[in-house]
Amino acid sequence: MRLQDLPGEPIMWVLIASELLVFAAGITAMAGVRLTDPAGFAAAQAQLHGWMAALNTAILVTSGFFAARAERACRRGDRRGARVGLALAALGGAGFLAVKAVEYAGDLRAGLGMESHPFFTFYYLLTGFHAAHVLFGIGVLALVAIRLRTEEVQAGAAFWHMVDLVWVLLLPPVYLLG
Amino acid sequence: MRYHSQRIAYAYFLVAMVLFAVQVTIGLIMGWIYVSPNFLSELLPFNIARMLHTNSLVVWLLLGFFGATYYILPEEAEREIHSPLLAWIQLGIFVLGTAGVVVTYLFDLFHGHWLLGKEGREFLEQPKWVKLGIAVAAVIFMYNVSMTALKGRRTAVTNVLLMGLWGLVLLWLFAFYNPANLVLDKQYWWWVIHLWVEGVWELIMAAILAFLMLKLTGVDREVVEKWLYVIVATALFSGILGTGHHYYWIGLPAYWQWIGSIFSSFEIVPFFAMMSFAFVMVWKGRRDHPNKAALVWSLGCTVLAFFGAGVWGFLHTLHGVNYYTHGTQITAAHGHLAFYGAYVCLVLALVTYCMPLMKNRDPYNQVLNMASFWLMSSGMVFMTVTLTFAGTVQTHLQRVEGGFFMDVQDGLALFYWMRFGSGVAVVLGALLFIYAVLFPRREVVKAGPVQAHKDGHLEAAE
Repeated sequence: MRLQDLPGEPIMWVLIASELLVFAAGITAMAGVRLTDPAGFAAAQAQLHGWMAALNTAILVTSGFFAARAERACRRGDRRGARVGLALAALGGAGFLAVKAVEYAGDLRAGLGMESHPFFTFYYLLTGFHAAHVLFGIGVLALVAIRLRTEEVQAGAAFWHMVDLVWVLLLPPVYLLG
Repeated sequence: MRYHSQRIAYAYFLVAMVLFAVQVTIGLIMGWIYVSPNFLSELLPFNIARMLHTNSLVVWLLLGFFGATYYILPEEAEREIHSPLLAWIQLGIFVLGTAGVVVTYLFDLFHGHWLLGKEGREFLEQPKWVKLGIAVAAVIFMYNVSMTALKGRRTAVTNVLLMGLWGLVLLWLFAFYNPANLVLDKQYWWWVIHLWVEGVWELIMAAILAFLMLKLTGVDREVVEKWLYVIVATALFSGILGTGHHYYWIGLPAYWQWIGSIFSSFEIVPFFAMMSFAFVMVWKGRRDHPNKAALVWSLGCTVLAFFGAGVWGFLHTLHGVNYYTHGTQITAAHGHLAFYGAYVCLVLALVTYCMPLMKNRDPYNQVLNMASFWLMSSGMVFMTVTLTFAGTVQTHLQRVEGGFFMDVQDGLALFYWMRFGSGVAVVLGALLFIYAVLFPRREVVKAGPVQAHKDGHLEAAE
């Protein structure tokens, strides 16, 4: 197995691997710190709005579906289908960010800032970094939609699935486990 | 040497070698001050010696990078340097600025003057006029090399090298931003110091290594370029937010502890990639290049950079560890081996490779040159290990047990004696290196079956 045997751009896979490692390190660090104060973490976590995270999970996974459709359409040579798929995927990303913004605003109104508790430091860092990737991912989807080259669309879709995957990995430790 | 203007590199390397000798000599003096603290205390106080030691290191490495660019670029772009005159003016500015810095540090003639006096920020002590001179010289340099690159053949080596150099020059501008708030001062200060050595300099390092591997091993350009892009991607990915590991205890928000710890842990990746790259290229390479010493330096560079920058950096990058080790001899151990491995060895590798070509000779004094590698490198490794032990003891006595700084320093005397000894080896190695590359002597290694390929055809060495 060589790097260049993977579909899409090899450098994208290096980026994806790096991203996953960083988020894995962040989640592990959070789990480690949680051990020092399980009660405090549980109390802090109870103040989050889990239903917004559930809504966002549905939105992002659906948008991942459209990205996969776009990649297939592009391989078939269906340029219109590819563009529609990429646009819907990006729209999902925008919807995700809108919900996330409402959630952050609610948290901040409730006085829950980055320094309120170690849990919230991780909460803002991990979900914030993830949201930044959603924003960046929308840009990537828009870029690959211009020329619609199969390799590039594959790379864009791969990045988008990574953003999707990271969210699904973040969901349990941040919102559910405790 | 195919292009006449590549010879500009020769002058840059000469000045760099002079400063290299000055830098290690001052280092040795400081090693002696550690064991005998009153030595030269009136004439050359320790803080001044340290400024000269660190500043001359950075300047000679910069001159090494500039010289390397003037050598590499014509060959990659397949044309002469845009304006050799500008390159000479640039060197002139650097020499003048360096002389000005030495005089200002030693005699402090214009104490407190906004333009002529020294500025007092660690590593950025240079008077404003010298900072401006460096900026002007850097702009001249970037204009000159960008024009050369734009008109010539574009290669991945050129692209990465220029990206690194542009980053170097743009980040230098933060040397001029000096907010009154000490926390903000340090925040931006690291944008020069950190984003150079753990960011854009790594791009320069990867590009120079890639050039050396192309020449020394004869591996296909396509293979080298793939590695190069992966190295660049991982260096920037980890290095930029890795700046956070300098933000731990200086007044910046606490979330930097996690950003810094996590991202800087991955800074070992590009160094590991560069080491793997160099060794895989040598294994794959079919070329039997006569300049073995350049190969020794190139491989040594990647290994010592991996240990010095990668492993020794990781040792104290996690904030839970750094809480105890911050600013102890552990930092000094890391700093010495990282700079030596990543950048000193890199420039010396290129100097070793270029010198015979620029002088149009066979690679002479190879055995001496390789001896200097082993002498200097073992000296530096011994120094690193010694300082690591010193730092561990210091951390325990001072940070865990709560001992007083100077009491603890007294207890470390044995380590400082050993460090002085390793410093002697480094200085002798450096002088031996300069002698080996600059002065021709009897010992010439015959160029053997130069670049004999498996299919039997021979290729001219370059």
